Amino acid sequence: MINYLIEKEFKQIRRNPFLPRLILAYPLMVLLIFPWAANYEIRNLNVSLIDNDHTTYSQQLTQKIVSSGYFRLTNLSSTNQQALQSIESGKADVIVEIPPHFERDLINQQTSNVMIDANAVDGTKGGLASLYLTDIVKNFATDVREKWIPQGNAANSIPIIDIISQNRYNIHLNYQNFMVPALMVMVLTILAGFLPALNIVGEKEAGTMEQMNVTPVPKFTFILAKLLPYWIIGSIVMTIGFGIAWAFYGLVPAGHFITLYLFSAIYILTVSGLGLVISNYSDTMQQAMFIMFFFVLVLILMSGLFTPINSMPQWGQWMAAFNPMSYFIQVMRSIYLKGSELPDLIPQFFALIGFAVFFNGWAVISYRKNN
Amino acid sequence: MSPFLSFIQKEFHHIFRDHRTMLILLGIPIIEVILFGFAITTEIKNSKIAIFDPSNDIATQRIIERFKASDYFDVVQYVHSSKEIQQVFRQNKAQLVMAFDERFYETLLHTGKANIQLIADATDPNTATTITNYASSIISSYQQELMGQNKVPYQITPVIKLLYNPQMKGSFNFVPGVLGMILLLISAMMTSIAIVREKEIGTMEILLVSPMNPLAIILAKMVPYFLLSCVNLTTVLLISVFVLHVPIAGSLGGLILVSLIFLLVSLALGMLVSTLTDSQLVAMLMSSAVFMLPVILLSGMIYPIANMPIWLQWLSNIIPAKWYISAVRSIMIEGLNITFVFKEIMVLILMFVILVAISLKKFKVRLE
Repeated sequence: MINYLIEKEFKQIRRNPFLPRLILAYPLMVLLIFPWAANYEIRNLNVSLIDNDHTTYSQQLTQKIVSSGYFRLTNLSSTNQQALQSIESGKADVIVEIPPHFERDLINQQTSNVMIDANAVDGTKGGLASLYLTDIVKNFATDVREKWIPQGNAANSIPIIDIISQNRYNIHLNYQNFMVPALMVMVLTILAGFLPALNIVGEKEAGTMEQMNVTPVPKFTFILAKLLPYWIIGSIVMTIGFGIAWAFYGLVPAGHFITLYLFSAIYILTVSGLGLVISNYSDTMQQAMFIMFFFVLVLILMSGLFTPINSMPQWGQWMAAFNPMSYFIQVMRSIYLKGSELPDLIPQFFALIGFAVFFNGWAVISYRKNN
Repeated sequence: MSPFLSFIQKEFHHIFRDHRTMLILLGIPIIEVILFGFAITTEIKNSKIAIFDPSNDIATQRIIERFKASDYFDVVQYVHSSKEIQQVFRQNKAQLVMAFDERFYETLLHTGKANIQLIADATDPNTATTITNYASSIISSYQQELMGQNKVPYQITPVIKLLYNPQMKGSFNFVPGVLGMILLLISAMMTSIAIVREKEIGTMEILLVSPMNPLAIILAKMVPYFLLSCVNLTTVLLISVFVLHVPIAGSLGGLILVSLIFLLVSLALGMLVSTLTDSQLVAMLMSSAVFMLPVILLSGMIYPIANMPIWLQWLSNIIPAKWYISAVRSIMIEGLNITFVFKEIMVLILMFVILVAISLKKFKVRLE
């Protein structure tokens, strides 16, 4: 009996010409465009410079700032007022002001200062800009010190701790490697979530639900027949995603495809189950869409996809522990970049199975044949 | 009563008799703005660090103490071999491993030089760079302590001022973005089914034989949704100020003016979807699933537009939320007055006119 039901579902999906196109084009569009947009590298910060000193040292410092690779000198201002205007109009991110007598003070009094005003509307960006500049200024001071105090002098024989830093798994610090596996999860969540959410309630509105209800189909079979098509669609979407990651971003998983498909299979069931639950409780498609939209947005924005979970307040991190998407994103990134295997991902595995059982069990229970 | 007014009245009846949907429409923005206002931030705190300390001497302990005291790091575990380092990364237990040399303090004293390795999980390149930087500065501060009271000659003191947002609160940056996203999507989703629904349930024919012209139908359908959107605007602004503590530094009037124009653009966008589609399902998927991502990713809400390649920067210009968010940041956070957002206002008005014009052109006055 179930094969007839599944056949019916596929016919309904194919009948609307928009749906098959959406299923094929959506992953393509998202994975070709958005990895280029989701870039949070803090580089090329625009500096407006006020040099009130005009000496060799002030020029050397400017040179050092520009050659650091983080900053781009956008304009030279003569007054702070003028520099502030370039921040307000968005032309500059940070103002560096070298005071008059900078060189003279540094040589004669062995101390001087530099003013750094960063636009902190984006707090992280402003903070990093001032952090980088502080580093550069301190390095410059060390250069000057080494020039004026000869080697072997007491001031130079301080014990030194050498910091050797190493980046693993993504040695070229390529932000796309980080985003592409996670964006696949987002595509999957949206498609395998929205489509089922609009499904049952769509039948309610069209009136075909009553016909279903008078048939002897058991509740479990009915829900299963609703789930399986999305399971197949989800697998197709994932396969398209893997293909694009390889063809356009040269990204192949360091781990195994089997692990990837295993986790995808469980995850698709989870989000489709959530969609069906929402569909069961909604009176109209509009309601179902709004509720699903609400959940998808929470799932996406609080999953660690765009902003780290660790930065969220405690209650937010606690919510993330109940967010199936955050587990699957972690899984995808770990398998793709670090080559994690199933034994490394046992907690995520059981969490996702738990969610899948919970939502689909709820979908079966909340489906009522007699109203 | 003029036909236009009675038409608006009919629309009101349609919307306001469905209490459940109304509750959802007005409730979603409240919950989401609060959730995202607090939770979305790119500040990097509480990073998980694991420590490989084969020497376990006074110097390494002092350094570890400093890490434990820092807000930026949570020391989660100690590892004892390089194989275990691999393990913590693959199981996502730590983002950074700090590995000391063997006999660290001894080497430091005798040769005047010792090594610390900072191994970062660069899966997330940004976090990796930032926490490596933080860790380095914590180690340098210990180095300063080692140097003791020796006053270092030739110092340059950077005097730092963080403009507009001295506490570097993430919410200052993200709240305008969240407002733009929520208002646009909710408004567009509301109107996206306004016309197509009538087509599906068959009442469209009645509308078409009435003496109303298409422009009047489109505008009349927008009026009740516009009022609902205004209620949403009021609640989200109140939440931003009183719950999220994001001040309105500039003119309130200017902010409201920009917001109202933005709401009209969003409603017109949904209306366009409604005239172009034939089924509610398609209209809904367009306005939610398809619109959602460009609005989040190309509006500058999370990712700075300046970082994108030129073709995407160009593409981002067609996203209404981009202009709104930039205007709100200028007025709310930077406290600029309305003349600074003149361009944004003009672009939004132009968008509204274009959207309504296309809707009118595509509005079918005959059923097939």
